[in-house]
Amino acid sequence: MLAQLHSRLEAEADKSQLTDISYRVLDTPIGKLLLASTVTGLVRVAFEIEGHDYILESLAAKVSPRILKAPAKLDGAARQLEEYFAGTRHEFQLPLDLRLSTDFRRSVQLELGQIGYGQTLSYAQVAEKIGNPKAVRAVGTACATNPLPIVLPCHRVLRTDGSLGGYLGGLPTKLQLLELENPQRQAQSEPVLF
Amino acid sequence: MKQPFERVVQTHGLSVLRVCRALLDEHRAQDAWSETFLSALKAYPQLAQEANVQAWLVRIAHRKAIDELRRHRPEIVQAEVGIGDGVQAGTPAQELENLELWQVVKTLPEKQRLVIAYRYLGGLSYAQIAEVLSGTPEAARRAAADGIKKLRSKLDEAQAPGATR
Repeated sequence: MLAQLHSRLEAEADKSQLTDISYRVLDTPIGKLLLASTVTGLVRVAFEIEGHDYILESLAAKVSPRILKAPAKLDGAARQLEEYFAGTRHEFQLPLDLRLSTDFRRSVQLELGQIGYGQTLSYAQVAEKIGNPKAVRAVGTACATNPLPIVLPCHRVLRTDGSLGGYLGGLPTKLQLLELENPQRQAQSEPVLF
Repeated sequence: MKQPFERVVQTHGLSVLRVCRALLDEHRAQDAWSETFLSALKAYPQLAQEANVQAWLVRIAHRKAIDELRRHRPEIVQAEVGIGDGVQAGTPAQELENLELWQVVKTLPEKQRLVIAYRYLGGLSYAQIAEVLSGTPEAARRAAADGIKKLRSKLDEAQAPGATR
């Protein structure tokens, strides 16, 4: 009965525009992903290891505590991510809300969207693309604070020597995404170890 | 730091529903539950950090339940509170109402019923109940004690051999 009442609350809160953030949790091959959106668009994608409770608390503090679990509001994002993990989607078409990022980081994070599926760039190349070739370290920070991983593909940015660099979801996850997008990668990269 | 509202719903959803049920039939209790959480969601950003969320919700629920009662005067719960009223097996309501005790609580006078609901279902202190019902904590405590006494005797009656159920 409480589940029914909750659905009704989701619908009525939506109708009265009282929900500032809707969220749901999606099961994926890289673990549970938290998807959160504002009326503007997708505002946060969080990996399980970030701690979903912690992420929701920080959204409450930074954006608004009017947060409800409302899976229906994230159907579009969930479907596109499922297609991505099935290998049938190479680009996301979702409204995004980058309010959690500063202007500079936002410009880097949006630039990430220009790196094609299965491609990779180095942090230095991204710095050049945004017209600030000296900002390599700042690009690294912008990637590390990307509020919308996978959707804005910071996993496609590597060190100049081809090593993985860092990843909020952990390096095994970064590798898994790169291999999902480019199955040859595994074969290519193995000999480098020796 | 303020919790995400979803956590408020998860933590207090059931006790708010029970509080609504103390005054209303199932259908109207659900309406009051929705109204309560909608109002709460609206006001939540302004709620003081140190506020007692449970007491705040029960106060809202109480107001909403009273509103519901006023809107539908002729049909209030009295019609269905007989001790003999069994709850249909298998309905969702059964989850909340399979307690025989609950059927008996509904036969108490309103004041006792409310105090017992807010104290034992809502988890409010007598001071908080006094605030909700605009009385004194002592009066609330007395009403609860009287209500519990009456509950005991009614339950004994109901369980005695030859009773109607």
